[in-house]
Amino acid sequence: MFFVAALKRSEPICFPPEINGFFCCARPGSGDHLSGICYKRGYSLIAMLSITGLSYSYGPPGTGTVFHNLSLTAGRGEFVAIVGASGCGKSTLFKIIAGLLEHGGGEISLYGEPAGAAAERLGRVAYMPQQDLLLPWRTVLDNCLLPWEIRRDGSKAQAVAQIRELLQRFGLSGTETAFPRQLSGGMRQRIALLRTFAAGRPLLLLDEPFGALDAITKRELHRWLLELWNGIDKTVLLITHDLEEALLLSDRIYIMAGGTLQELAVPLPRPRTPELSYVPEFAALRREMERCLYADHRMV
Amino acid sequence: MRITGWFNMQLRRYGPFIVLLLLILACWETAARTGIVPAFILPAPTAVWAALLSQAPLLLGTHLPATLTEALLGFALAAGGGTVLGAAMHLYGPLEKALYPLLIISQTIPMIALSPVFILWFGYTLWSKLAVVLLTAFFPVVVGTFDGLRAGGDMYKDLLLTLGAGRRQLFFKTQIPMALPAYFSGLKLCIVYCVIGATIGEWLGGGKGLGYYSRRTAGNLQSAEMFAAILLLALLGMALFLAMALLERIILKKRGLLL
Repeated sequence: MFFVAALKRSEPICFPPEINGFFCCARPGSGDHLSGICYKRGYSLIAMLSITGLSYSYGPPGTGTVFHNLSLTAGRGEFVAIVGASGCGKSTLFKIIAGLLEHGGGEISLYGEPAGAAAERLGRVAYMPQQDLLLPWRTVLDNCLLPWEIRRDGSKAQAVAQIRELLQRFGLSGTETAFPRQLSGGMRQRIALLRTFAAGRPLLLLDEPFGALDAITKRELHRWLLELWNGIDKTVLLITHDLEEALLLSDRIYIMAGGTLQELAVPLPRPRTPELSYVPEFAALRREMERCLYADHRMV
Repeated sequence: MRITGWFNMQLRRYGPFIVLLLLILACWETAARTGIVPAFILPAPTAVWAALLSQAPLLLGTHLPATLTEALLGFALAAGGGTVLGAAMHLYGPLEKALYPLLIISQTIPMIALSPVFILWFGYTLWSKLAVVLLTAFFPVVVGTFDGLRAGGDMYKDLLLTLGAGRRQLFFKTQIPMALPAYFSGLKLCIVYCVIGATIGEWLGGGKGLGYYSRRTAGNLQSAEMFAAILLLALLGMALFLAMALLERIILKKRGLLL
């Protein structure tokens, strides 16, 4: 439903020749049809993640409702932010998607197919928790090899080569043999993100990846991530309570308050830089977001 | 330059302890020499030293090796058994629930009260001593292993699960490395308890060991000889503890868990 509206709004470039039975449309401003939103012929859009009517509560039925009847989608190559006050259930939502928690009601589809029970979802999406959780006794390279060690697909040499390439791309070459404690908080966070990439899943769930960093380092990482984002075919769901971060990084924002989600498109052109935050459109969007957030807060 | 720097550092670190020790020894010596305390109650440090030297062939040749053997064999049993038990309790929940109360009970029984039963079962053999050592020393290893494995952290567990890890991978990739500090704390306690357990075992009967020797000399009012044996026992415990601490340092450093 949403994508139709979004497509009209941003007028994407579509490539009529289908690729593997998919029609792909470029993400606005990216010029790269492979990172766009994809449709299967004769079907509706292929969403990397689609959640309908999701509810979750802890404790016995009828008590401790965290959220009820949530719906959310993320198309291929989209960067979607989920914004809300702490304790509103954002992290719970991620844990459900990743398969760490079983949901109460509703449907979750991953990569266009129903995802099944929690145990079946484990290992299908890449999940980056709030802390970097780098293993202190492993070097950077060995930390990044962890996903491969668990999957065991392909040779080690291949995996190492892939990690080295990613390290270079992430601006981290030369840190391979360092231990996490020798690196700054910003570097550790980048390595944790790299490890999430190395999990090799098309959908990434990032739970406040920059939440623990100081404002200056955070700004630096925003610039870095925006640059990195231009050449990468991943779908990202990002949890944050930093409104500016959400606007700067994402194509769409879900505002979570009082157990419901409210959607907000971010029709700002890409490639973006952090200077975008001084543009009037940015300020207007921010005001709109704040209005949504605080209106809901008053209700609660 | 570097050597004097190192020497100064050690002096700053251990200086106060050495000064206090010398002071205590001096007071003790004075008290013994002036006859304030009778020699059979508290022999002078110099008398203890003399006894140690005169009894050295017997103490170092027969009794110390006997106690050391019991302590080390007991340590191998306690550490091995404790590790297996702690890990099994971690991996299999019902086992933990079944065993934990039993473990606590085993530690509340006074060893001295239970030991005669071991003599009854195993006689005055090495086995009765090992049984005492095992019962005294295995508990810290079980607790160290179990608590260490549990301290692995739910956050790491979640991360590995989302990467598709199974129980075995969780255990080997995060839980074991993270358990090492607590595990070594357990082992360090264990090795000290092993010396204590071996001594208690020897007190109960037998013909060898520093515990047996100290009991015999105490019975004969040979206080200086008894103190010599106690001194050796203390040194033995310290040496084993330091060896364990060194092993811990080496392994944790290799694993990058130590700065």
